[in-house]
Amino acid sequence: MSRHRIKNVDLDEDDFYDSGEDYDDGDDGLTVEDREQLSRGTKQVRDVLGPDIAITDQEIQETLWHYYYDVGKSVTWILNQRASSQPKGSKKSKKETKATDTVATPTKKAEGPSPDDLVTAAQSGKGGNKASKPSTKQASTEKEKNEKSAVAPAVEVPKPKSKNINVLAEYEKSKRKNAANFVVIGHVDAGKSTLMGRLLLDLKVVDQRTIDRFRKEAERVGKSSFAFAWVLDQTSEERTRGVTIDIATNKFETEKTNFTILDAPGHRDFIPNMIAGASQADFAVLVVDASTGSFESGLKGQTKEHALLVRSMGVQRIIVAVNKLDTVGWSHERFQEIEQQASSFLTSAGFQPKNISFVPCSGLTGDNIAHRAPDGLVPWYEGPTLVDELDKSEPASRALEKPLRLTIGDIFRGGIQNPLSISGRLDAGHLQIGDPIVAMPSGETAYVKALDVDEEPAEWAVAGQNVVLHLSDIDPIHLRTGDVVCSPTSPIKNISTLTIKLLAFDHITPMHIDVHRGRLHTPGQITQLVATLDKSTGQVLKKKPKLVQPGSVARVVVQLANPVPLEAPSRIVLRSNGETVAAGLLE
Amino acid sequence: MRLIKQNIERDGSGSVTLYPEEPEDMWHAYNLIRPNDLLRASALRRVTTESSTGSTASHRVQTTLSIRVTGIDFDPQAGQLHVAGRIAEENKYVKIGQYHTLDLELQRNFTLEKGEGWDSVALDVIREAIDPQKRADIAAVVMQEGLANICLITEHQTILRQRIESNIPRKRQGRSGDHDKGLTKFFETTLETLLRHVDLSAPKPILLASPGFTAASFQKYIIDTATSTGDKALLANKSNFLVVHSSSGHLHSLNEVLKSPEVLARLKDTKYARETRLMDDFFTLLRKDDGRAWYGPNEVSKAVDKSAVGRGGGILLISNSLFRSQSVSERRRWVSLVDRVNEEGGEVRILSSQHESGKRLEALGGIAAILTFPLEDLDEEEEAEDTEDTPNADMGNLQI
Repeated sequence: MSRHRIKNVDLDEDDFYDSGEDYDDGDDGLTVEDREQLSRGTKQVRDVLGPDIAITDQEIQETLWHYYYDVGKSVTWILNQRASSQPKGSKKSKKETKATDTVATPTKKAEGPSPDDLVTAAQSGKGGNKASKPSTKQASTEKEKNEKSAVAPAVEVPKPKSKNINVLAEYEKSKRKNAANFVVIGHVDAGKSTLMGRLLLDLKVVDQRTIDRFRKEAERVGKSSFAFAWVLDQTSEERTRGVTIDIATNKFETEKTNFTILDAPGHRDFIPNMIAGASQADFAVLVVDASTGSFESGLKGQTKEHALLVRSMGVQRIIVAVNKLDTVGWSHERFQEIEQQASSFLTSAGFQPKNISFVPCSGLTGDNIAHRAPDGLVPWYEGPTLVDELDKSEPASRALEKPLRLTIGDIFRGGIQNPLSISGRLDAGHLQIGDPIVAMPSGETAYVKALDVDEEPAEWAVAGQNVVLHLSDIDPIHLRTGDVVCSPTSPIKNISTLTIKLLAFDHITPMHIDVHRGRLHTPGQITQLVATLDKSTGQVLKKKPKLVQPGSVARVVVQLANPVPLEAPSRIVLRSNGETVAAGLLE
Repeated sequence: MRLIKQNIERDGSGSVTLYPEEPEDMWHAYNLIRPNDLLRASALRRVTTESSTGSTASHRVQTTLSIRVTGIDFDPQAGQLHVAGRIAEENKYVKIGQYHTLDLELQRNFTLEKGEGWDSVALDVIREAIDPQKRADIAAVVMQEGLANICLITEHQTILRQRIESNIPRKRQGRSGDHDKGLTKFFETTLETLLRHVDLSAPKPILLASPGFTAASFQKYIIDTATSTGDKALLANKSNFLVVHSSSGHLHSLNEVLKSPEVLARLKDTKYARETRLMDDFFTLLRKDDGRAWYGPNEVSKAVDKSAVGRGGGILLISNSLFRSQSVSERRRWVSLVDRVNEEGGEVRILSSQHESGKRLEALGGIAAILTFPLEDLDEEEEAEDTEDTPNADMGNLQI
């Protein structure tokens, strides 16, 4: 048996279109989560298929199970299955219209009342027709290769056509809500994930049932207070260890704004991930632990490092959530003490006092997060709740006109239709379906086959939005997280020697460092200390210093091991031996 | 390396015959052989003969050649040394002045005669090379999610065997399985590669270093895999895997690894552990900025001129890459510096440029010194020659 299993695993790894086949035979029974997803999926599949297709729930569920609950894939498979089992000819036209529906539906849903809607439906319909024909033929001849044929259309589709939308004009027309990303930072175990889990529950993004389920599971492993954090900490490793490892994103909306949460890990080993999150943020929520001693130890640790990092990455506004006040009996003195210490530290880090605000709250009990604390609990606080405070954020202006730049945050398999997808936030510029893009440093071209904005299919995207791009015509080997996607007309250059003006947090000598910019994380070496500069005027104080003292500003030359796509002005963080040693601006 | 024959005169002339036994010895040979030296070793040469009718025939012959060295090329991964030069001694196959590139081979003698004479540093290299005390090499895997560097740390070198990069999907809403699957695949590749480069069944320590939990998970993966495949040899040696913390998966994190208490406990008094400690001491002093730690060729030369690197704690750290300089006068300069420090009772440490500590020293210009008494402004008059005009950049946009 063991040998057999190993063989399976090998196959699994090699076969690119593997999810069509069921390797999960080892799984015993369904979990509660699975059941829930199954029943939800079944309904969705039924909706898409319409009443004309006769199929039992069980068949649908079987298919969903095969495709890991991917509705789109399941529908395609079912349709192909029908095609092969039914006699050819008479019902063919009907089948094709069905296929068309399938493809068009998601587009419709997302677009809403747009004039382009008809065109979209027609165009994607055409694609759907083309796609379904060869697969029908294949399916009838070779039944075993059913799964493969379902894949085939995705590969055979010709280069996606651009509709030449004037994206900027469309963007002006669309009355979207403000969109803002914020990063949640703080020392390890300050309760960042729990606070955000609670916030999502109170805003009904997550339902009580899910939380109850998490609580039950968390209790089973003896970590009942982690139930809220599990909303965001999803990987098995994060749950068993009880720490956030990678950035978790989640969305919620208020009346004014669509927010994206970037929940950063607090542990010092995962600061590279935190940097990746902070580089996408418009403002920051600093969570501090109010319980005795914890705030003080945090201030020495990651509270300080995180605050310095987000500031040096250009974040101007910071909201300090004074968490766990319930453990000190909502003591006003404690709050004031923290407020005073933290604001003096934050102003010294470069935040303007008007951009710092404090909210007393408790993530575990949920007071002062979305709802006010019950009367009498916190008599000394009249200010806004955390959510109200978030809502005060001003929309940031975006570099829409500039050439396209997107730092790849993740590369994954978006589904059977989209074997290669990347996600990230558009730093500058805009793009639409059909646009060619260039991935640097490999310099390979790809086409945008489809794109999602905030997980809804869309036709275009502009700077500041969180997008998923489904790509075609590129081998995944040319893409790595941290690469930059740009437009072929004005590609970003790969450089290996950087001149950086930096603010030193630690002693700087010529030494080995890691250079971080967003997800980009590459080793390098400071080869030359050019000069120390005056902090306010930028005048050269001393040329070729031997050592740069912490707190001073200097210009240095950094030699990277490999060329990477970087351009001025970029904000860069330099780390060495697990410490952030400097932050700077590429010149 | 074994010393077969040595006849070096007082004035530095003379020759040495050496017998390399292991790949590491090629590294010593690389540090020993300089352009303009006379090298005699066995060689394979293709000889073309022309018959009276004008037809040519070529065949390979094994012969011993003496060449005047013009260039040296070292391949650390394969442990091979290629020495190019012109034939200095005629025999029946070759004429004087023809070019030949000798590939030094293990288990074959070579004889070296120094063009510039044997200096103290060259003799030191020989002394070190023929030290019969064998120390274990250790393998290390420096990793982070999606990146692993498999390297071999020997007494004198750190050799990067293989770098593995793999794309692991990040965690996404509702698709946490992708990440776990990607990670397992990454571990699988890393283990396969590790097995190809390192004999895991030998009782030698293997360091697994990473930030966070990656190394620990990898260790668990190795043991789980060994258990499921019934690999008894590996299971018997499972205590060899040392999980160590490092701040990143890049190779230069290795110096953190070598400093960690777990490693020091096992590898005390190896050359690289000493070198790492020495570099740390130097950086600690440099941070104090009290004028006792200096780096850079000119600064250190000046400090030696002022007899500041002498008895009572003066240490000269110098990378052996400086002695490999192509120019003779350059090498002479460093050798005389070393000799002077030795005369004055200071300590000289020649660091291997193939080690992490040596690379840290290279970043400082390859040379550094800890002085016995503070000296200020050793770098002063240099500023005059620096004519590069740095524009007064707009500090406005660097609001940190």
